[in-house]
Amino acid sequence: MSASMSMRGASRWWIPSAVVALACSLLLGLMIGPAGPTWWRVPLELVDRLPFFSVDSGLTATDWSIVWQIRAPRVVLAAIVGSTLSIAGASYQGVFRNPLVDPYLLGVAAGAGLGATIVITVNRSGTSSWIIDPLPMIAFGGGLIAVLVTYLLGTTAKGERSSTSLVLAGVAVTSLATAAQTFLLQRNSDVVRQVYSWILGRLSSATWSDVRLVLPYVVFSTVVLLLHRRLLDVLRVGDEEAAALGVNVSRVRLAVVIAATLGTASVVAVSGLIGFVGIIVPHAVRLVVGTSYRLVLPISLLFGAAFLILADIPGRVLDNPAETPIGVVTAFLGAPFFLLILRTRKNER
Amino acid sequence: MTSLAFDQVRVDYAKRTAVASFTDTVKPGEWLCIIGPNGAGKSSLLRSIAGVVPHSGRILVDGSPLTARSSRRRAQLIAYVPQLPVLPSGMTGAEYVLLGRNPFVTHFGRESELDHSMVDDVIDRLDLAALATRDVDTLSGGERQRLVIARAIAQEAPILLLDEPTAALDIGHQQQALELVDKLRREHGLTVVSAMHDLTLAGIYSDRLILMHAGHVVAQGPAGDVLRPETLGEFYGVSVRVHREDDGTIIVVPNRTTSF
Repeated sequence: MSASMSMRGASRWWIPSAVVALACSLLLGLMIGPAGPTWWRVPLELVDRLPFFSVDSGLTATDWSIVWQIRAPRVVLAAIVGSTLSIAGASYQGVFRNPLVDPYLLGVAAGAGLGATIVITVNRSGTSSWIIDPLPMIAFGGGLIAVLVTYLLGTTAKGERSSTSLVLAGVAVTSLATAAQTFLLQRNSDVVRQVYSWILGRLSSATWSDVRLVLPYVVFSTVVLLLHRRLLDVLRVGDEEAAALGVNVSRVRLAVVIAATLGTASVVAVSGLIGFVGIIVPHAVRLVVGTSYRLVLPISLLFGAAFLILADIPGRVLDNPAETPIGVVTAFLGAPFFLLILRTRKNER
Repeated sequence: MTSLAFDQVRVDYAKRTAVASFTDTVKPGEWLCIIGPNGAGKSSLLRSIAGVVPHSGRILVDGSPLTARSSRRRAQLIAYVPQLPVLPSGMTGAEYVLLGRNPFVTHFGRESELDHSMVDDVIDRLDLAALATRDVDTLSGGERQRLVIARAIAQEAPILLLDEPTAALDIGHQQQALELVDKLRREHGLTVVSAMHDLTLAGIYSDRLILMHAGHVVAQGPAGDVLRPETLGEFYGVSVRVHREDDGTIIVVPNRTTSF
């Protein structure tokens, strides 16, 4: 077999393996919870609900509604948030050619945080009783506005946007939005706890309507990013050489940034700021499958979904009913896991 | 075979002019070598042809201006080997050479079987099979340079731009790389424009030399006309001796000026 073909063959098991890992995580997520049916009855019930199968799982209607109305949306939302943050993080790292970049780089998180703080401050009694909860909308808008400002500020006098000027503008916008948020919190210290719990991220209140709310943005973002995976590989040689190879670098960068930002802003709007996933998952994936974005993007998508589903499980079982914030769990689980991969891989080199 | 013409090409950066005015015609299949001291504008000229820095004036490929073409179409005509190429860590040699096929892959498409067999062919012809499956991080300077040239060859462009292709190489690898370019030029009728610091090698391999100084063309012609002690002394500020061998080869040797 030829050299350039054999590489493609060697990697063909990664995607099926990641799909299996994701399926197992989904099942585990549906089986485990503080209340509800015995864990092993859930898979039986799922089989029973398949066409042409009939198994007596012994699940009551209440049990099923716990599984379907409480656990399932939470598991699905965890998968959506995990996959979006991971693929957006990997794409940002590719387009800025910087491994330390996370999806919050250009100010999405700070903008969304400011938006959420404003909503909570203005309406202390809580907005969840409203017909349409404005908090996710305004957090989403705040995130997008922050990135737009970053993009405009990051443009040099000659109309060029280098990755460095964009990153620096992102740092400035993040500081500004964070400062405004801190100022608001100082003057309204009674809502600090509420804002803090939003910032730390949560999936506990997930419903199917949350899933429906984010799905269009997330699907759009994911499709656009996956379409760019070959071009992200070409960009690895640098802006100049990529341009000489026929890539319109600024257009590709703009498309990737828009798609990644839209996805990130929408998941941040429903789940708060879940740190660590967007940076740790792509890196763990790179250490295992190599550095080509053709594999890194789809595997990050699948593995990121599985990771966040699993990370969400201890949060709801331990410490019940207080619930450990998911952002804390991702860091607690992610950091040692990442160090483990880093150490084992280093020895091979 | 493809010709390349320049009509008052000018390259400006924010604070300085790198190329003031460059007018020339490179014949199809010709090897033009640009020489000149550091900062003379050699690299900027090559970068403007490659389309990575904007220029004013006109650069014509087979009579039609470069700016009228999409970046993809331009990359199908012009392959560029930069002075300091970036070889992304974790990429294998074959993956790197495959990047050269980018101008022929649609925006959201993937490489065809043809692209892959093309890459395998280039790897075979350039005798790079041993590097194809290795991580580019593990390669030596000479091996990396051969891969970069292989990537440019895989691009199948009729015009090849080389910016200091031998700067990082020892004398053996210098000769190997330039022989390779020369052979490919003869086999495929490539038009080559290179910038080089080694004046002797520049004279040996090119058909014609252009000496640039501070953005201007100050001398041009065959090696014997350009590589003269007075000319080099004036624009490089050096003291050199120039030997002419029996076979016409021009050898430039610096004079040692310190005395004991």
